[in-house]
Amino acid sequence: MSNEVNKIEYVSYLEHQGRFKGLKSWIFATDHKRIALLYMYAIAAFFFIGALLGLLMRFELIAPGETIMKAQTYNGLFTVHGVIMIFMVVIPGLSAVFGNFFLPILIGAKDVAFPRLNLFSWWIFVFGSVLAVASQFLKSGPPDTGWTFYAPYSTTTGTSVIIATTAAFILGFSSILTGLNFLVTVHQMRAPGMKFFNMPLFPWAIYATAWIQLLATPIVGITLLMLIAERLFGIGFFDPNLGGDPVLFQHLFWIYSHPAVYIMILPAMGVITEIVPTFCQRKVYGYKAIALSSLAIAGVGFLVWGHHMYTSGMSENARWFFSLLTFIVAVPSAIKVFNWISTMYKGSIDLKPPFLFALAFIFLFIIGGTTGLILGSVATNIQVHDTSFIVAHFHYIIFGGMGFAFFAAIHYWLPKMYGRLYNFRRANIACIIMFIGFNTLYFPQFVIGIQGMPRRYFDYLPQFQTGHMISTIGGVILIFGLFYMLINLIKGARKGPKAPANPWNGSTLEWQIPSPPSLENFDEPFEVKANPYDYK
Amino acid sequence: MSNNSSHITEYKVLGRILLILMFFTFATISVTSFNLASFTVTVALLIAGIKGYFVLSYFMHLKYENLLLRILVGMIFVLFALIVLITFIDYSYR
Amino acid sequence: MMSEKVTHIEEHRDDAASKLGMWLFIFTELLLFGGLFLVYSIYRAQYPANFHEASLELSVTIGAVNTIVLLFSSMTIAMALTAMQKNNKKLALRLILVTLLMALVFLVNKYFEWGAKFHHGLYPGSDLMALLERGHLLYFSLYFFMTGLHAFHIIVGMILLIVVYFKVKNGSIHFEKYFLLENGALYWHLVDLIWIFLFPLMYLIT
Ligand code: HEM
Ligand SMILES: [Cu+2]
Repeated sequence: MSNEVNKIEYVSYLEHQGRFKGLKSWIFATDHKRIALLYMYAIAAFFFIGALLGLLMRFELIAPGETIMKAQTYNGLFTVHGVIMIFMVVIPGLSAVFGNFFLPILIGAKDVAFPRLNLFSWWIFVFGSVLAVASQFLKSGPPDTGWTFYAPYSTTTGTSVIIATTAAFILGFSSILTGLNFLVTVHQMRAPGMKFFNMPLFPWAIYATAWIQLLATPIVGITLLMLIAERLFGIGFFDPNLGGDPVLFQHLFWIYSHPAVYIMILPAMGVITEIVPTFCQRKVYGYKAIALSSLAIAGVGFLVWGHHMYTSGMSENARWFFSLLTFIVAVPSAIKVFNWISTMYKGSIDLKPPFLFALAFIFLFIIGGTTGLILGSVATNIQVHDTSFIVAHFHYIIFGGMGFAFFAAIHYWLPKMYGRLYNFRRANIACIIMFIGFNTLYFPQFVIGIQGMPRRYFDYLPQFQTGHMISTIGGVILIFGLFYMLINLIKGARKGPKAPANPWNGSTLEWQIPSPPSLENFDEPFEVKANPYDYK
Repeated sequence: MSNNSSHITEYKVLGRILLILMFFTFATISVTSFNLASFTVTVALLIAGIKGYFVLSYFMHLKYENLLLRILVGMIFVLFALIVLITFIDYSYR
Repeated sequence: MMSEKVTHIEEHRDDAASKLGMWLFIFTELLLFGGLFLVYSIYRAQYPANFHEASLELSVTIGAVNTIVLLFSSMTIAMALTAMQKNNKKLALRLILVTLLMALVFLVNKYFEWGAKFHHGLYPGSDLMALLERGHLLYFSLYFFMTGLHAFHIIVGMILLIVVYFKVKNGSIHFEKYFLLENGALYWHLVDLIWIFLFPLMYLIT
């Protein structure tokens, strides 16, 4: 370890004394690492709020009829659960936390291109989030449209839709600025000798994601503005009574929101692509294929939005067209799965917690992805559209995919971020509990979905009760596992044993610098490898 | 791309571009007096496209920027055109 | 396997980075208006006759004057940049002022245009609007929203240029470091660029 020599000068970013002290040294920090932690604390808080709201809904569904809440309360709950989880947790999630922390380090930079803009993005993120949560408590009642805000219901309902959409607009603005910052960082701040194809694959994923954030978010921005104008001034865009066309709202909404699912999943794939080679001690299989498939997903992902609208009354031609493109965009995702598995083949596998989480991710993502194909074909989609089959599908992708990738990432990088280790055995136990809880929670929803259980209903026919019962039990197990994991991580980050600079024997740049890194990341010469996954 | 080496567009050139832009503005107005039926939109967009090209290339200096940026700007317009086209697959066949 | 030892990280290159950042921001603005143009194109394709009739309510003269005003201002701000590059601070300042003046003329024009519509009872949510045919209604909804959003961008652009003006004046933008002026100018050209498409689509429909 080369940092032994200069030990005296080294001060970690956690202890570095800047212009401010105490809390201010965090909330006014421009260091990308501190901002990453700020995002993480905020997002973790929202995630647990959202998860508890989800559990409340599960309890309502444990038996037919009104169990613990009124129908309108349930409508508010699934809307706010959706808004929190989508706009405040999974869309910023990986890129704002781990992208912020590790993108600059992995490409050999001191910081992002615009550190102050980075802080500003966090502030608007918090502002938008507060607004979104506030919409739940206003006098007119929580919004009850679902996170999709479909017109014309959203233009006519009396609930606080304007606040919620304004919040989504502001959160989108934050997302755009983060994407912009990362794009410029990748283009302008790479260390000398680091060409695009020398970058590790997580930066590649973040780069592709940033393009989507930049180019897709404005479309939902303008859509929400139109919705707000319609409510405030009676400008008719979407409400048929005012001359508009509600299906056009769906088009505009999904032109953003399908690419948005790739904002969620691409960084997750990037994380897994970092973890798999490290714990197999093998060069990643098909580096270029993975890098370029990220860009391919980002590009083609812009053109498939209509698969959310098969039952909307869209024309026959549009339906087969979108179906075709949906199947095409599934190909690069599958390529990645094959790459991970080929990388493991003949590797010296080390079942540490990050790798276990990565395996859980791959398993759940395969289920989510293949059920996505069922939804992508028009005939089967019409059968299961707006049933709990959809709910199961997107939870497998978003929670099983993005969520578990987040857990994998925190277990992988926590030693670097805090300079301490957590308890491995407990982490593995937490992973197994959550994996069991997750499948118990969502798998039954595929089954009752195919049998006809509608989505977004607070009541149901008695025949679905077994499925719902199992599902609720799974929910409890999952929440238990979540808290178990959280406690283990907090304990580790605060009092765990000191972590070495390279606990996993990784080969990418972050493992060449001390844990935790210093303010400027690279105080000493470092090596840019031609292939970042160069295990000798 | 450092500032000092970046291109300086002469006043004369800028003035000439303005004249070209004015010319096309009058062209697009006078074209409306003919009834070109379904071609009106095409012609209007074509002329607007030409004007946009001049603004982008000379006023915004795109002509003297690096290739990457020029490609990116082109891609934005292609992406938008694709989105419009695909939406029309729905609306033209309903 | 070639690999490289890196001993120093290159210093931050403000100018190139911020110019790229500005261009990326312009992309988002283009797509923001792009969403509106998409809505416009769908509704125009559905109600071509209505759109034509409704557009006759607008004065092509006012639209054309505003187009020329914006084109002219776009040139003056480009010239301001040239002046700065040639280290002619006084001329640069004057040209920025001319640009701001043109922006003001545009807004005043717009004010009278909108004012006339309001005077005839034609504004979003009015009783008259409710009586209109579907296509007319959509046309005016789009007209108010698109030109309104564009006018908002004019105002933002003006604020930006005012800031730039004072920075040039106090010397923090100078002949060797002028990327703020460059970015302000880029933003102003964007506003012009959008108007170039708005004008024929709103005023010249046959
Ligand atoms: C393997 C690629 C995927 C395919 C083929 C696919 C396909 C689909 C389809 C066709 C629907 C529409 C269902 C309906 O009729 O309502 C859908 C819904 C959904 N998908 Fe995916 N999907 C894929 C990946 C993802 C990813 C990566 C995410 C998020 C990270 C995601 C999140 C969602 C969500 C949130 C919905 C629900 C939309 C609603 O509210 O109706 N999907 N998916
Ligand atoms: Cu989709």
